Amino acid sequence: MAPVPAQPEAPPGATPEPGRVVLDARDIARALTRISHEILERNKGAGDLVLLGIPSRGVPLAERIAERIASVEGYDVPTGSLDVTMYRDDLRLKPARALLHTEIPEEGIDGRTVVLVDDVLFSGRTIRAALDALNDLGRPRAVRLAVLVDRGHRELPIRADFVGKNLPTSLVERVKVTLAGIDDVDAVTIHGEPGAPAGERP
Amino acid sequence: MKRHLLSAADLSRDDAELVLQTAAELRSLADRPIKKLPALRGRTVVNLFFEDSTRTRISFEAAAKRLSADVINFSAKGSSLSKGESLKDTALTLEAMGADAVVVRHGASGAPHRLAHSGWVRSSVVNAGDGTHEHPTQALLDAFTLSRHLGRGKAGSLDGRRVAIVGDVLHSRVARSNALLLATLGAEVTLVAPPTLLPVGVDTWPVETSYDLDAVIPKADAVMMLRVQRERMNGGFFPTPREYSRRYGLDGRRMATLQEHTIVMHPGPMVRGMEISADVADSDRSVIVEQVTNGVAVRMAVLYLLLGGAQPGGEE
Repeated sequence: MAPVPAQPEAPPGATPEPGRVVLDARDIARALTRISHEILERNKGAGDLVLLGIPSRGVPLAERIAERIASVEGYDVPTGSLDVTMYRDDLRLKPARALLHTEIPEEGIDGRTVVLVDDVLFSGRTIRAALDALNDLGRPRAVRLAVLVDRGHRELPIRADFVGKNLPTSLVERVKVTLAGIDDVDAVTIHGEPGAPAGERP
Repeated sequence: MKRHLLSAADLSRDDAELVLQTAAELRSLADRPIKKLPALRGRTVVNLFFEDSTRTRISFEAAAKRLSADVINFSAKGSSLSKGESLKDTALTLEAMGADAVVVRHGASGAPHRLAHSGWVRSSVVNAGDGTHEHPTQALLDAFTLSRHLGRGKAGSLDGRRVAIVGDVLHSRVARSNALLLATLGAEVTLVAPPTLLPVGVDTWPVETSYDLDAVIPKADAVMMLRVQRERMNGGFFPTPREYSRRYGLDGRRMATLQEHTIVMHPGPMVRGMEISADVADSDRSVIVEQVTNGVAVRMAVLYLLLGGAQPGGEE
């Protein structure tokens, strides 16, 4: 029996289909608090940390982690953003894309522990691109990876050090992270149940 | 964006803002220890210069190299062009070498257009100045410089800003491209020149014109001085250089009538003492050196947007 959609499909441009909420605002807040503590524990303090968010939604996540670290340790961790567009391996598969903002903290990354922050870890290709981008910016002492959601399906030997939630998904599903500041609300939702046509990959 | 950049008129407001925003991101590259991005690895950019140029060619070369493209410089002197080879045969040679983009400067207006639409080459064509027609990347870098100083929020928005373009408009490809692009971006452009140095048909341009520099500049947010292109003049366009300089040159006395925030621009090369006095060129209002720096970022943005993604109809 074919699944019958509960609601008629929304026309493009209208309110998107609601999807299934996996994490709400309080879940996200708790996950980020835990990640912040794990980073501090693993790094034995906030001393040489640099948080780099991958645009667009990695950046507010990095800032929120920095706020939490500041409230625990009383130390402002340098935070920035790292656009990886030009380092992507699928750059030539689509028309040229607009660049997103890169801002490296003044202290630089040489000799520091860089924590890359992104919303969803999927194929791992974005992180590979980010590692290449870091390589052109300096030589960190170590690079760690923090993600809000790990949805599996890695295509490269990359894993996250700090994970908000492990989310087993099917390849046809789409995981969508919305964050206040960029979007209306904090939420992680899954769209497109198994059996639906494959969605766009992040 | 389209496949070629031949005229500032080809750029919609969205296109132009995309170039300027991309340039804004790329400008920070100049402050990094490794000034290199991998976006155009394996692409070949040919600089085809039939006319002399220092800053434009160097700027395009630096832009292409910072994006990791292979660069081939091809200038008229010391090549078969000086032996009388036609544009077509040169183009076929470039095609055979597999150029992905051709940056062309030519003394004849319309030569880049011919190159792009003749079917001789499959590469993207970027106009780096053709005769007295257009110089779109110069206009883009001027718009970029203007928006950095006068922009309101978003990169590229020049709504309501007043720009005076002063001098030899008739022979200036920079003036034409700027007039078109700045109007697209919402600025109000006034061309100031003696009647002999305004082109026929200027009334169809999206600009105002004036013969009176002293009346225009106190209201301007930016003053762009143009070089008097004596090499293109074969008649009497003004009585004497001294008289031209007195009526249309920017000197310290006139600079004192500018508003506090007004910037002074010049596309270069300058003739100090003619259209601009040395004290103005070296003053802190002058952004002439910054224009050169911005030129590299803007040309990187253009090359990236033309070549960085999938080629329309290409094999990749």
